[in-house]
Amino acid sequence: MIDRGAARDVAERAARESYGKLLAYLARRCGGLEPAEDALADAFTAALERWPVAGIPRVPEAWLLVTAKRRILDRQRREERAGRFHDRLAAAARDAERHFEEPAELGDDRLALMFACANPAIAIDVRAPLILQAILGLDAARIASAFLVAPAAMSQRLVRAKRKIAQARVPLDIPGPDEFAERLDAVLAAIYATFAEGWGDPEGSDGRTRGLAAEAIWLARALAASCPDEPEATGLLALMLYADARREARRDLAGDFVPLDEQDATRWNSAAIDEAEALLVRAAAHRRAGRFQLEAAIQSAHVARRFGGTPDWRAIVALYDELYRITGSPVVALNRVAALGRLHGPVAALDALALLEGDARLRDYQPYWAARADLLARAGRRAEALDAYARAAGLTVDPAVRRYFGTRMEAIRALDA
Amino acid sequence: MKYMLMLFFDEAGWGAMSEEETTRAIGAYAAYTSALREAGVYAGGDRLGPVASATTVKVGSDGKTSVLDGPYAETKEQLGGYYLIDVPDMDAALAWAARCPCASHGTVEVRPLMVMVPAPV
Repeated sequence: MIDRGAARDVAERAARESYGKLLAYLARRCGGLEPAEDALADAFTAALERWPVAGIPRVPEAWLLVTAKRRILDRQRREERAGRFHDRLAAAARDAERHFEEPAELGDDRLALMFACANPAIAIDVRAPLILQAILGLDAARIASAFLVAPAAMSQRLVRAKRKIAQARVPLDIPGPDEFAERLDAVLAAIYATFAEGWGDPEGSDGRTRGLAAEAIWLARALAASCPDEPEATGLLALMLYADARREARRDLAGDFVPLDEQDATRWNSAAIDEAEALLVRAAAHRRAGRFQLEAAIQSAHVARRFGGTPDWRAIVALYDELYRITGSPVVALNRVAALGRLHGPVAALDALALLEGDARLRDYQPYWAARADLLARAGRRAEALDAYARAAGLTVDPAVRRYFGTRMEAIRALDA
Repeated sequence: MKYMLMLFFDEAGWGAMSEEETTRAIGAYAAYTSALREAGVYAGGDRLGPVASATTVKVGSDGKTSVLDGPYAETKEQLGGYYLIDVPDMDAALAWAARCPCASHGTVEVRPLMVMVPAPV
């Protein structure tokens, strides 16, 4: 009899590291996503009952896989749909042990499952949640919290998406060369959406979803290792590492928000930045620029400050121009305006910002009001700056960022007093 | 679709703040309220009087009334205010709830309103 807690630890570690691999393997070979999920959940339950009594198996993943497969088999028997299914299961059982030698990359199964989750048939806002559930085994409640959706609604959306995968016969395969690049974009976008939820808005940080950024980096790392010839996969990983490297520096010791320009560069994670720089160089060698490489390059220009340099604002504006050409995103246009403010001053930037004023997509977008407030304050238009800061404060979810806007407003009022 | 955001927080925490902190907290709520208005989703809202001013009324099955001093439930965090917002769905309601200052110093409960149709006369 071994310690129940130890068995639970091993099961949890196996779940953390191998859930997606096991699920992908079962889903592709044994009849689809939902039966695989049910069987795997049963196998984990069985492990928690069995391991404390019988001891932890030598290869826990293989034990879980064989157990899950038996569950599927039982169910198939009950449903009287035996036959060639058994042959497939027998074949799967034979390579079970061999399969769990833990490759560094995703392996075909998980990669294929990711492509299925980000299939065009799946609603765009469910793709990232689906990947988190299928590959990392996160439960619906945690995913719901991260994406600010009611847990019941998130469960329902995930169930519906899985039905769609089954009913629409969304292939659990890696797309062929014709489709690969386009479909990879959807996978990358879903991973980045996960990171963005974990990161909060680009200026803020939020403890609630902090773990999600790490999950996104894990996914991107695994994906980049699986697709070494796809510079955008490498670019995405670089981008997220640059941003994550500054995580600690976004708060001072009192827990107050510190904007990028004022961050203590010695508090940036230089190992992560070094890795990001190396990844970006490797991606650029393919000479196929894309959205994520450009965003990573902008991040690279920002971190020049760590060796006492200043960001090259001309280069940053040029990178945003190129990024805007590719994406047409109003958020990119907004960031370009902010960079322009550093290059040519607040008055020129406010002229550029005026072109974005009517865009409904920016109306309730906190960083828009924060950028606008900053430019107005620097241009000496204090009353308008106060209004814009108040609007930004009313739109943020982050109490530290809300306090920061309050401090800025007090500073402006002090000038008028 | 209308939703009510019910703001639960510890009243004592408000009382214990310095004048400067109180000014800031009021400013944060004012900013949030104006963001709701500017977004065109504001449908009402107020702060409630202190819990000490609450009185509870109940009529038993025997028809006897009872009137008691104090709130319906004694809890650490009390209903202290509400917002009514008009947004397309629960996702949007939750996004606004998260922006409410109370979400970080207390708890915000979000409930859809069931709109009553007046009975035919």
